[in-house]
Amino acid sequence: MELTEEEKEMLEGKQGNAVKKSMEILVALGEIFGAKRLIPVKSVQISGVSYDNLGDAGLEFLEEMAKDGKVVVKTTLNPAGMDMENWEVLGIPKEFADKQKMVIKAFEKMGVETTCTCTPYFIGNKPGFGDHIAWGESSAVTYSNSVLGARTNKEGGPSSIASALTGRTPEYGYHLDENRKPKVLVEVEAELKNPSEFGALGKILGEKLEGRVPLINGIRKASTDDLKSLSASIVTFGGAPLFHIEGITPEKHERPEETIKVLRDDIEKAINDMNDGIEDVDFIFLGCPHCSLEELEKIAGLLKGKKVKKELWIGVARPVKKLADEKGFSKTIEDSGAKFACDTCHVVAPLKGRFKTIATNSAKGVFYGRGRNDFKTFFGSLDKCIDMAVR
Amino acid sequence: MEMEGRIIFRGNAKGEALVSSEGVSFYGGVDPDTGVITEKGHPLEGKSIKGKILVFPQGKGSTVGSYTMYRLKKNGMAPAAIINKECETVVAVGAIISEIPCVDKIDINKIKDGSQVEIVENKVIVED
Repeated sequence: MELTEEEKEMLEGKQGNAVKKSMEILVALGEIFGAKRLIPVKSVQISGVSYDNLGDAGLEFLEEMAKDGKVVVKTTLNPAGMDMENWEVLGIPKEFADKQKMVIKAFEKMGVETTCTCTPYFIGNKPGFGDHIAWGESSAVTYSNSVLGARTNKEGGPSSIASALTGRTPEYGYHLDENRKPKVLVEVEAELKNPSEFGALGKILGEKLEGRVPLINGIRKASTDDLKSLSASIVTFGGAPLFHIEGITPEKHERPEETIKVLRDDIEKAINDMNDGIEDVDFIFLGCPHCSLEELEKIAGLLKGKKVKKELWIGVARPVKKLADEKGFSKTIEDSGAKFACDTCHVVAPLKGRFKTIATNSAKGVFYGRGRNDFKTFFGSLDKCIDMAVR
Repeated sequence: MEMEGRIIFRGNAKGEALVSSEGVSFYGGVDPDTGVITEKGHPLEGKSIKGKILVFPQGKGSTVGSYTMYRLKKNGMAPAAIINKECETVVAVGAIISEIPCVDKIDINKIKDGSQVEIVENKVIVED
């Protein structure tokens, strides 16, 4: 890989140890994946924030990098293992909370914006068309690549930090035109009714396409929440972190020859696969990925004047919740007994053993609810999940 | 026998080879406190990687695995070096942040389990 004089100096340690380590990571990745050079990035989203996933070693690494490392581009954080303000309300143990706070403190020291969310594009970290970025968090990576037309590979924790501290990423993968072309045409012959059904489509494509980029045809309209759900699901179930939808996503491409069809039956089967046939649940999670303001409005409407009878958590970025506070949605939601889980979600919080079953409208939520927490799952629309909570 | 590979993280090391025909997932597959491979049904299940020249085709699994390697190193349970057929992101990043010498693009079939192996820069020297 060819490095500029400045990059060589960074690699030699002339800008400090954290920058040196960062350059070692980026250059090694560049060499492995055949990048010719490093390119500047406009923003970074860092994954690997929950103490439940990092452990003490991850924390130590972050503290080491924070000694002399400072971010040089706009950098936001993935969800943490708890609501950073109301962790006690959510029943998080104090020992865990103390460690989680140390994690966030290390990021803060590096100059990272510590609003923890998987939807940074709702809180001001919204890249433009064609922007090169280095993002972790697979759902946000897929949303940026596909819906916003920005360009990023799916970064892990250390490589996203390395990009934040240097402002660079190796040029390979989805940064390059040739890898963004669709390889399979997907004809959707079903009307998708809500974000959950878009999630079901994502599951089908993730499992079927073996990482090939699809061009999806046959979808007439899709809301931000529909696209957010599809982004989360397609990559969770094994797909590439990039899709195109004719007439909806911004990149224009020629139709590939190979075609597959998705029928109503396929959608129904996928929904069925994500249901363990349980009649009742002890936990409901909405907001995977974190809720938009529109979703909070809808949830408030459904909960108005009702009381929840189960533990219902609503995952959201704190700034989005603040907007909901102003609109009065938050009060309606909290009056019902539902709890906001800002900064966190059921995928990264230490919940194993605390609940046995979960209802969610997120296909990604089902995957991790099962794999990481051993929950039995109910998967359905937002309305159905709320219904589970209040009855 | 001497083979030349590609340096992922530069360093010299010497030790006994622990060879796996299958990939290694550090997150969830190796106990970071003991260095013992815990993945059910793995060819190296129950064996300790501590101080070994760990030889396997390629890493697999979650990107959190890089942090697990770092934890192994801090706990004194890390392998002395890693040799891969083809290194992928998780192990590459893990080796770099943990400062574990790592070389790839090596024909790992030529390394027998239990043999003495020395790594000097990009060279892998296997004692006959």
